[in-house]
Amino acid sequence: MGFVTINGRSVPIKGAKTVLEIARREGIWIPTLCNHPGLPPYGACRLCLVEVKAGAKPGLAASCTLPATDGLVVETDTPRVQRTRKILIKLLLERAPEAEVVKDLAKKLGVVPPAEQVAAPETTRCILCGLCVRACESIGSSAIGFAFRGSRRKVMPPFGKPALECLGCQACVQVCPTGEVVFTISGNRLQGEPWRSEVELKECASCGRLFAPRPLVEHLKERFGFDFAGEELCPECRRQAMAAKLAETILPGAQG
Amino acid sequence: MNDVDVRRIVASHPDPEGRLLSVLEAIQQRWRYLPEEVLRDVAQELQIPLSRVYGVATFYAAFSLEPRGKHLISVCHGTACHVKGAGQFTERLEKALGIREGETTEDGLFTLEAVRCLGCCSLSPVIRIDGTTYGRVRPEQIPEIVAQWRGGKGDD
Repeated sequence: MGFVTINGRSVPIKGAKTVLEIARREGIWIPTLCNHPGLPPYGACRLCLVEVKAGAKPGLAASCTLPATDGLVVETDTPRVQRTRKILIKLLLERAPEAEVVKDLAKKLGVVPPAEQVAAPETTRCILCGLCVRACESIGSSAIGFAFRGSRRKVMPPFGKPALECLGCQACVQVCPTGEVVFTISGNRLQGEPWRSEVELKECASCGRLFAPRPLVEHLKERFGFDFAGEELCPECRRQAMAAKLAETILPGAQG
Repeated sequence: MNDVDVRRIVASHPDPEGRLLSVLEAIQQRWRYLPEEVLRDVAQELQIPLSRVYGVATFYAAFSLEPRGKHLISVCHGTACHVKGAGQFTERLEKALGIREGETTEDGLFTLEAVRCLGCCSLSPVIRIDGTTYGRVRPEQIPEIVAQWRGGKGDD
């Protein structure tokens, strides 16, 4: 079994793939914005950087993509790490001055927001962490992706048109660290910003309640290749229908 | 028409690993830019999300999503060419063609673009029209070069 030395303490790797995973397990605080345990690591925000002392290329490395290998020696809070992390959070503040999570982290790291923006960013919250893109790819329909590069890089649906392939699953909302993605219900439509997605909500065949985005229901049917029980019913009516069926089976003739 | 050509291009790149870039290059050669409806066909044919196709198409400066003229004039703005006055070549060409950098003439004949380096710094200053490279160009040659291409150079 392999061991990694973090902040002078030798800890077993025990199936962890990255240094960040080990640090989390050992209760060592490392800030991250682009990391989500359910999605593959991406190394976008760089805030999780640590200093490699031995066992890999020495210097700064993003711990979320740094493989945990036997004999690796890292430090998570050296002056160099602190200094670089402050620069990174300053850059994020410039890009996303309204993102609460960025402001909070800046405060925690002792960085004061600049009095003046160097350049007004197009969006005020997106930090290009790519979590929504990864979530849409693995759970949704790849309705959005990164486009352009450098200072023009942004997350958007193809050709900047409304996200036609959006299923309305809202996995992007779940993972977005800054609150840039917002879905609202208007009538029987579910609308998502900033990508102008719009999907129809499905009505429960029994009670008439709007209970799920229609494209999502179709997608699940297609993906799992079967009609899941009561796809026309909302969860409550589905439970009632199942309970009624169960009662009929075990208590034949009983009246509800 | 479109989808037949797309299918032919895709068929000539059978290896699914990393073929998107080569397919897009072939598309751009065929249409001189990457038309939206063609990119939709590409995504369908390659069975990859359109968002990925769009991401790659917008990432590389070599790809254009806007229609381009028949002839592409590239003015090198690499370090050597910059020092030798690439800026005034762009200006001269803008005047000769009546368009700004990045634009296409109304007759659809020329698109003018600035590129970072054409890789032949010893010939600087350099401009390139389609496959023809002009090295050690002098500004006063510009009208003549443009006239040649306007007169049918490169048509065959």
